[in-house]
Amino acid sequence: MTFEVGSGLSIGVILATVIVVAAMLIWVERRLLSFWQERLGPNRVGPFGLLQVVADMIKIFTKEDWVPPFADKFSFVLAPAIIMTVILLSFSVIPFAPGVGVVDSNIGVLFVLAMASLGAYSVMLAGLSSDNKYALLGSLRAAAQMISYEVFMGISILGVVALSGSFNLREIVLAQEENGWYIFPQFIGFVIFLIAGVAESHRLPFDIPEAEQEICAGYHTEYSGMKFGMFFVGEYLGLVLISSLITVLFFGGWLGPSFLPGIFWFALKSFVFIAFFILLRAAIPRPRYDQLMTYGWLFLLPVSLLNLLITGVIILSTS
Amino acid sequence: MAKIVIDGVEYEVNPDNNLLQECLSQGLDLPYFCWHPSMGSVGACRQCAVKQYRDEDDKEGMLVMACMTPASDGAIISLEDEQAKSFRSDVIESLMISHPHDCPVCEEGGECHLQDMTQMSGHNYRRYDKKKRTHRNQYLGPFINHEMNRCITCYRCVRYYDDYAGGTDLSAQASHHHVYFGRHEEGVLESEFSGNLVEVCPTGVFTDKAFSQHYSRKWDLQTAPSVCVGCSVGCNTAPGERYGTLRRIVNRYNSEVNGYFLCDRGRFGFDYVNSRERLLEPVKRVDNTGELLADDEIKAVIKEFSREGTIGIGSPRASNESNFALKTMVGDENFFAGYSDSESESMAAVLTLASDKAFHSPSVRKIEEADAVLILGEDVTNVAPRIALALRQSVRNKAMDLASESRIPQWQDAAVRELAQHERSPLSILSPAVSRLDDIAADRVIESLPALVAMGHQIANKISGSAPAATSPEHDAVAEKIAAQLKGAKRPLIVAGSSNGSELIKAAANIARALHEDGEDAAIDLCLLVPEVNSIGMGLMAAEENSLGVALDKLSSGAAKRVIVLENDLYRRAAKSQVDSALDKAEKVLVLDQVTTATTAKADVILPVTAFSEHEATYINYEGRAQLSFQVHQCQKMAQPAWRWISDAAHIDDLVERCCSEAPGFAKLRDVLPGENPFIAGMKVPRQSHRYSGRTAMIANVNVHEPKQMEDKESIMSFSMEGISAQKDPSIMASPWAPKWNSNQSISKFQDEVNGELKQGHVGSLLFEKTASGSYFDVPAVAAQPSGKQLHLALSYQIFGSDELSARAEPIRERMTDAYVGICPEDAQSRGLAQGDVATITPTGAPVVVCIRTGVKPGTALLYCGDANISPAEFTGLLEIEKSAAQATSRGISSLIVSDFQEEEI
Amino acid sequence: MLTLIKDTLTSQVVTLWRVFSHLWVKADTVEYPDEMPYMFPRWRGRIILSRDPDGEERCVACNLCAVACPVDCIALQKTEDDEGRWYPEFFRINFSRCIMCGFCEEACPTNAIQLTPDFEMAEYERQDMVWEKEDLLIDGTGKYHDYNFYRVAGKKIGGKDKGEARNEAVPVNVRSLLP
Repeated sequence: MTFEVGSGLSIGVILATVIVVAAMLIWVERRLLSFWQERLGPNRVGPFGLLQVVADMIKIFTKEDWVPPFADKFSFVLAPAIIMTVILLSFSVIPFAPGVGVVDSNIGVLFVLAMASLGAYSVMLAGLSSDNKYALLGSLRAAAQMISYEVFMGISILGVVALSGSFNLREIVLAQEENGWYIFPQFIGFVIFLIAGVAESHRLPFDIPEAEQEICAGYHTEYSGMKFGMFFVGEYLGLVLISSLITVLFFGGWLGPSFLPGIFWFALKSFVFIAFFILLRAAIPRPRYDQLMTYGWLFLLPVSLLNLLITGVIILSTS
Repeated sequence: MAKIVIDGVEYEVNPDNNLLQECLSQGLDLPYFCWHPSMGSVGACRQCAVKQYRDEDDKEGMLVMACMTPASDGAIISLEDEQAKSFRSDVIESLMISHPHDCPVCEEGGECHLQDMTQMSGHNYRRYDKKKRTHRNQYLGPFINHEMNRCITCYRCVRYYDDYAGGTDLSAQASHHHVYFGRHEEGVLESEFSGNLVEVCPTGVFTDKAFSQHYSRKWDLQTAPSVCVGCSVGCNTAPGERYGTLRRIVNRYNSEVNGYFLCDRGRFGFDYVNSRERLLEPVKRVDNTGELLADDEIKAVIKEFSREGTIGIGSPRASNESNFALKTMVGDENFFAGYSDSESESMAAVLTLASDKAFHSPSVRKIEEADAVLILGEDVTNVAPRIALALRQSVRNKAMDLASESRIPQWQDAAVRELAQHERSPLSILSPAVSRLDDIAADRVIESLPALVAMGHQIANKISGSAPAATSPEHDAVAEKIAAQLKGAKRPLIVAGSSNGSELIKAAANIARALHEDGEDAAIDLCLLVPEVNSIGMGLMAAEENSLGVALDKLSSGAAKRVIVLENDLYRRAAKSQVDSALDKAEKVLVLDQVTTATTAKADVILPVTAFSEHEATYINYEGRAQLSFQVHQCQKMAQPAWRWISDAAHIDDLVERCCSEAPGFAKLRDVLPGENPFIAGMKVPRQSHRYSGRTAMIANVNVHEPKQMEDKESIMSFSMEGISAQKDPSIMASPWAPKWNSNQSISKFQDEVNGELKQGHVGSLLFEKTASGSYFDVPAVAAQPSGKQLHLALSYQIFGSDELSARAEPIRERMTDAYVGICPEDAQSRGLAQGDVATITPTGAPVVVCIRTGVKPGTALLYCGDANISPAEFTGLLEIEKSAAQATSRGISSLIVSDFQEEEI
Repeated sequence: MLTLIKDTLTSQVVTLWRVFSHLWVKADTVEYPDEMPYMFPRWRGRIILSRDPDGEERCVACNLCAVACPVDCIALQKTEDDEGRWYPEFFRINFSRCIMCGFCEEACPTNAIQLTPDFEMAEYERQDMVWEKEDLLIDGTGKYHDYNFYRVAGKKIGGKDKGEARNEAVPVNVRSLLP
């Protein structure tokens, strides 16, 4: 079996790596947060607390797997599975490095957006099936937030698509080899994509669907054990996904000086964004729900449309 | 009604009252010390200063003492005026100059009027830096602690003790800031009402000594409305419990019964509840030792006693429910009265008279309104003490009339007393020896009992010729005078009782009937005292012919095989030989009681019964007033209410209902029940205060895992601090408290008006229907005259000792005497007896202490039976006394307090 | 629009930078079981009962701590020695309920009950968290060294007669009428 796009080995390695990285992020996030808050963070389990992840996993697997008697059992169990599935599927189109990837799809960008939309079902189902008012409120917020921000997310990438002339993510990276990183021509697109990405993965400061202080834990209030763990890991997977997309779309994917292999550059760039997302959590407070919606529709939408318009005008005028 | 303006708000007030009283009636907070709702104003403490304005244009105003100013129509006053406020705060600052730093170690702390008033006036820092004056304390007996340093010289104690309660041994001494309230020398406070000093004193000078032994703060006591079981008056009390033991009893206001005061028997006589003599486990006797009974054995015993051939003997100290449960268990014809045969006779007379339209049985408050009183042969102070205190107030009605004539308001206490000097409404006492009320008596006759009966009939005959005639030549003039006094009175009152047989009751009834015929058909106040808390209830329950004697005969003759004795010591009720033969003959004896008695020693099976504070119960007092007493705390051991052992009723309300419908005379008993559920959402009334402390630590030494709160399925109260506060309904409030008012003075917040009924108040339910119209009793045949060394017998009672249960309380025991026989010096001399000798009395041969008293009628012997050893039922009118060989008894008579004790050698 | 962008830069971005710059600041955490933190004397930890400067129990069983306690975890019973000194017959604190709020210390009129810096009170058995007077009473004055309640109070106790407390005059002779 060879290590090429679509090979079984490649799929296996990517799946394993992505999940391990997401799990490790539990530790990374806690450590980084504590550094920024002048604390030490988890440092007791293993060297530097690295095995904290193992401890957490043991805990989460051995917890009572409880389905509330009043919940709709089928969709209650289904919801966390959906989020895991759709995010992992999204990874299938990510070009990690030359020859490393699951599929080389020419609708990669559309596939990612489609999968992100499906993620909304997970949250909706979790909230509805829980039969809990906090969960319902959380899922309503999540649905509104995800659907709204998907719009700006999609529009913000269109500039990149237009510049590269392809929906194929691998081709977008290759196009950046010739034209330079799209962060420069598409800076506004990048900012919007970044913001929409935070909202899409409901990370802080946009964790409105699960705002502890207001609605307990939002849509996953009733979840425990590994079903909660799947939401939890799903969130980190989303984080990795958004970081990878930013790297691919705006920062030239695996491209970099050749003294290191491409996969290393990809990982480095992605980690910078992961760290940035964690910094956001450490620094920025959560806006109100209505502020988030107003900001999206009244500011991001016109800006992203304007960005697309100007990009189009420039492309047309230069070709 | 008058209108006055207080701080710009108009109020409708009673112009006969003073401003302080009206401010309090309106619910306003105005500090005071020397004023007391039942003692009027003297204006001594200057604490209730308010600003009064001449008219609406007057901006200056002047400071007046609210307690000394009438609430006249149109008065404009201000409580909030700066000058008045600073005046009040300065006054309290000077009162506090020598007040010690004692609050943490003071029994009054937390329910202290001085603390409340200091907070209210805003004084908080002692600016005066000179030394505090100090005083030495006195020993004042087993009831009261003395701590004179704390005194603020409000004079309430002496005004209460001397002026209100007629005491003579507490006085104000020394002068200026050295004023001292105490006795002339250390010693027991003589008044039977000394315990009220605890509540009257606004600070901690006089505190409850017995309570201090096992002290708890007011907020830590679990309390419930209760009724005193010491005598037949049925004063309302608030017992307090902490850590499973009963700690103290304080007064609970009831406008019709006890008002603000209790007697010392009621206040200090509860200790038997905690005593080692309590029965706490069901036992059967096996070879003279007790053996614990299992549950099924108890069931078998009850089944056995439910069979034919069982008789039941009730008890005048048991509740209506217990008596009724026994009555239903054994059947009406097998239920017998639990008091002596002579008392049965008296009770029959009392109950007949109770339904007679000619008479009215006065409440304690009504007794205070009488303007001419005749006490016929009863020692009220020792039989029904609270009534003696009320009688003391009744003689002041003359003073009140004089004050009205001179247009002096009645609340002007000092002025009224000054005006009246020694003018009193007539109160006449006819008795076999001097009594504790003699100092207020206008006339008193000391005679042997048969002569007293004759004199009673003579007075009746002098009032109305239709009454049967009797002669008593040596007292003709006095009888004439008394008859005239009673005839001339607006509200005459005749007091008699069952202490010495039914003849005195009949004579008293004849006097009252004569007055009734003489007057315009108004019901005449006839107060007939009975000895025990539920004597009347017992009397209503048992058929008249079912006396104790009949019951004992049935057992002796074998007509009845088994007997259930309910909360009763038969040896106090009947002759020893009679009881012995009955109980020995009976196949099986079941005794239900709270404490060990001579009767429980004879029992085959003993079932433990809860004490008054451990169960909910109804009692009926001397005037036929039924009152409900709530459970205060749970019995820690296995004792249960007697009715629970012998009846299958699940709930006390069921028994009360059945009692109402099945027992004649009890129809209105259900009125005392607090009703289905007067509170929202099924919430109960907490027995614990809202600041009850230590809940999570009280029993943590036993188990740190706290048990569930004990549930009370019986009543509307709960054993917790949660629920609807009792303050919402003063009729079930045991411990009054209002914001800013932690002391008992907060009661004014719960009265309709000062001295009025409690808001939503329940003063009990009067059971007697006035339906019958009776006729005069006949004059009895001349009684047997003493021959040889014989003397007329008159039974004597002691406030401390005559009541069976309170006599087991430790503080009461310290004040008790042994059984004694009181004779005059001549009779003593002729028998060669000296003061304090031990003598034997015939017919029983029991040893008694000789007490030579100058105030006893020659030829009469007063016999006080003591707390255990002699049954009054052994005697019939005459007795002999002989010097005994034994020369000492355990207690002697040293603690006897009588005014005519022969001091010198004869 | 421009203001919004300017605000974003000056506020959000600066915030991000500020928080990020904490990466170079030493952590404040004290790694407790390995390293003992400094406990301030007024720390509200384990409760003790202290003695007065004469070595007698300070507690006078006034019940004020019990009533101040918001979780009602203090229970005690007053008793008295032959000479009138009040002291607790038993004094029990249920530490499994205690929230270390210090209200008891605040309420105490005699400085008897005090909170100390000791916080290591964990037990395997909850029952062991119920402490009686023998466990609570220490042999010193605790934080407050000089105060002796009975030297200030007017009540007579063994060794202190009437008039011997601070700022007290000798007892009055009530038989005298002299000023």
